Amino acid sequence: MLTQEKQAPALPETDTMISGSQALLHALSVEGVDTIFGYPGGAIMPIYDALFDFPGNMKHVLVRHEQGGIHAGQGYARASGKVGVVFATSGPGATNLITGLADALIDSTPLVCITGQVFAHLLGTDAFQEADVIGITTPVTKWNYQVTDATEIPEVLAKAFHIARTGRPGPVLIDITKNAQLQKFAFQGYKRCDHIRSYRPKPIVRKEYIERAAELINSAQKPFVLWGQGVMLGAAEQEFREFLEKSGIPAAWTIMGAGALPSDHPLNVGMLGMHGNYGPNVMTNECDVLIAIGMRFDDRVTGRLDKYAKQAKIIHLDIDPAEIDKNVKTTVPVWGDCKETLPLLTQLVEKKQHAEWLAKFREFEQQEIDAVIREELFPTSGEMTMGEVIQQLNELTKGEAIIVSDVGQHQMVACRYAKLNHTRSNITSGGLGTMGFALPAAIGAKFGAEDRTVVAVIGDGGVQMTIQELGTIMQSGVDVKILILNNQFLGMVRQWQELFHERRYSFVDIQSPDYVQVAKGYGISGRSVNQRADLNDALKEMLEHPGSFLLEVMVTKENNVFPMVPQGCSVSEIRLK
Amino acid sequence: MSEQAPIEKQEYNITVYTENHVGLLNRIAMIFTRRKINIDSLNVSPSEIEGIHRFNIVINETEEVVSKIARQIEKQVEVLKVYYNTNEDVIWQEMALYKVPTDIIAEKAKVERLLRENGARAVVIRKDYTVFETTGHREETDNLIKVLQPFGLIEFVRSARIAIIKGSDGFNRKLREFERAEPGQDAIENEFLNSRDKVFTM
Repeated sequence: MLTQEKQAPALPETDTMISGSQALLHALSVEGVDTIFGYPGGAIMPIYDALFDFPGNMKHVLVRHEQGGIHAGQGYARASGKVGVVFATSGPGATNLITGLADALIDSTPLVCITGQVFAHLLGTDAFQEADVIGITTPVTKWNYQVTDATEIPEVLAKAFHIARTGRPGPVLIDITKNAQLQKFAFQGYKRCDHIRSYRPKPIVRKEYIERAAELINSAQKPFVLWGQGVMLGAAEQEFREFLEKSGIPAAWTIMGAGALPSDHPLNVGMLGMHGNYGPNVMTNECDVLIAIGMRFDDRVTGRLDKYAKQAKIIHLDIDPAEIDKNVKTTVPVWGDCKETLPLLTQLVEKKQHAEWLAKFREFEQQEIDAVIREELFPTSGEMTMGEVIQQLNELTKGEAIIVSDVGQHQMVACRYAKLNHTRSNITSGGLGTMGFALPAAIGAKFGAEDRTVVAVIGDGGVQMTIQELGTIMQSGVDVKILILNNQFLGMVRQWQELFHERRYSFVDIQSPDYVQVAKGYGISGRSVNQRADLNDALKEMLEHPGSFLLEVMVTKENNVFPMVPQGCSVSEIRLK
Repeated sequence: MSEQAPIEKQEYNITVYTENHVGLLNRIAMIFTRRKINIDSLNVSPSEIEGIHRFNIVINETEEVVSKIARQIEKQVEVLKVYYNTNEDVIWQEMALYKVPTDIIAEKAKVERLLRENGARAVVIRKDYTVFETTGHREETDNLIKVLQPFGLIEFVRSARIAIIKGSDGFNRKLREFERAEPGQDAIENEFLNSRDKVFTM
């Protein structure tokens, strides 16, 4: 697990005869790939055969299901900022990638997935393990391509990496027929791609829009910044911070953006959205200039659109022009890479402090603490809450850990309360809301950030969707801390049934296996606690344990996540209870 | 959301310049199907530039929807450029073929008169059937159906619409900019930002 010196094997000389499979691995190695998540099968066997004794330090992590493989690739990419690479075979291997592709597309995660395909002469014959992978994956990939001739491989792979990581990043899938994997051809070298004529990943920034945005910001009395994952994808955390600190504007985050500014930064006023903080939601409808940076106004963030920030002038910084004006009409669009646009904006904004305005956020925060947070984080009686588990975890990790969350109530609690000191520390399935994401994503995150502690916070529903990846942990020896918050319900659905369906708890009562025994079966140490008195000690044991550890915490069954913006309501109608 | 854009649906002609890439037709079509928008007409042809394809797509939608669709199409890696225009902004034509029994046509209608009055021409005249062709706007090709129906119209087919944009100076100059690694301000000329209602270029 320790970082080894990465050395790429020397490329074959020009005109050397190599196979398509070897060309593929050389491409990966030139692109700096150090870890592949995959699962072999009939149609990808030539690639696996070449991988068997391929020189260099490229690791292959054998997952237990291709969905686990692709979520691991996502976790790796999100933690490291590099492109995640996934191998799968044809047919069912490839179709098992679909959820992860859709997740990576909506959350802008750079991936290159390689799928084996039947021999080219069998395409369209309903051959064994043949599926129309290009057809199936088209709506869930940024780009895909089927290789039927080995000579295409170097150029196609170079394009794949360029497309995956530039502009608004996303998943790319390359489907390679078995004959192309086997075919020998005269290698003509590998040239990394930096230009495709039909693809402009980012525009030249237009200064006049920066100027107009700066004018608006400088004249604002109540400016408010919303930021999303774009800040991290653009590696613009420092530029973002400088912009905020000069302009003195309070800033709130989407769950995808969490961590780009440390949790305890004085201008960080909290989380947006349906289960976000009270102040940011209410103040969205109070501010006079709203500055959205690298976020896409998801419906879970905006609530009812026709009552969303109608009083405000909107400045939207985004690299994807299709996002500008998509959901919220902007006053000034700033189309570009925020790594470039933010410094330009910082130059032009006046140094200010919006003390009174910021204080209002803190007033709302105090109300939220009194109504919700204190009870959630520091209960003294009754059953344990999810919030107090995260709170105690914070105290032990001091905000240094990577928190990977699954989907549901525990996800909202983890995102709301996890203390994050560093960027790329909150890994969650934001757009697609994929249950089962966390366990494999945490495995990938650890491979992508080997020197950091990775804690997967998972509900009792989600963990059972990809629990087979415990096998991946067992075999790879990766060190992942698994924290199951077990409320014996599919909690978020139950909460909605309670609030909007007259407590008709339809099929949300889910049973769990004995997780500690299951972990034990995989050779992973574990513990289960249901008493507050044991919580701190158990968390400590988990964090201090050498290697992976599974901790199940039994939490109160019918707790609800508040505040909440009910569906169809405006953000300012957020409910504290 | 947009106050200025006309709210009513109308026909829009979407022109897409693309690379020649297997699967791109599917990728573009899915942008419509995902939003449950029916494509009224779709034509793929060469363009004024060798190797560059040109899609003509017709949908009946509001401008707001069309402008968002245009951006989603332009976002695809192999798409060079998307324009959308109302019918007033384009010269457009559709071609139609009509097969009718020759004996009835010859007996009951005067073929010459039909051709003259409907701007049609006879493509094939055989003993058993005659095929007429006409090119024009939808009303014109529709009209000839009505005319021929009483004479036992056997088969009718109409092509997709093709359209030339009145205000366009072609794509050659833009393509040269696209091919440069560092495009000039010109290629990045941003109609999208310059005149927001026109959307959009890069």
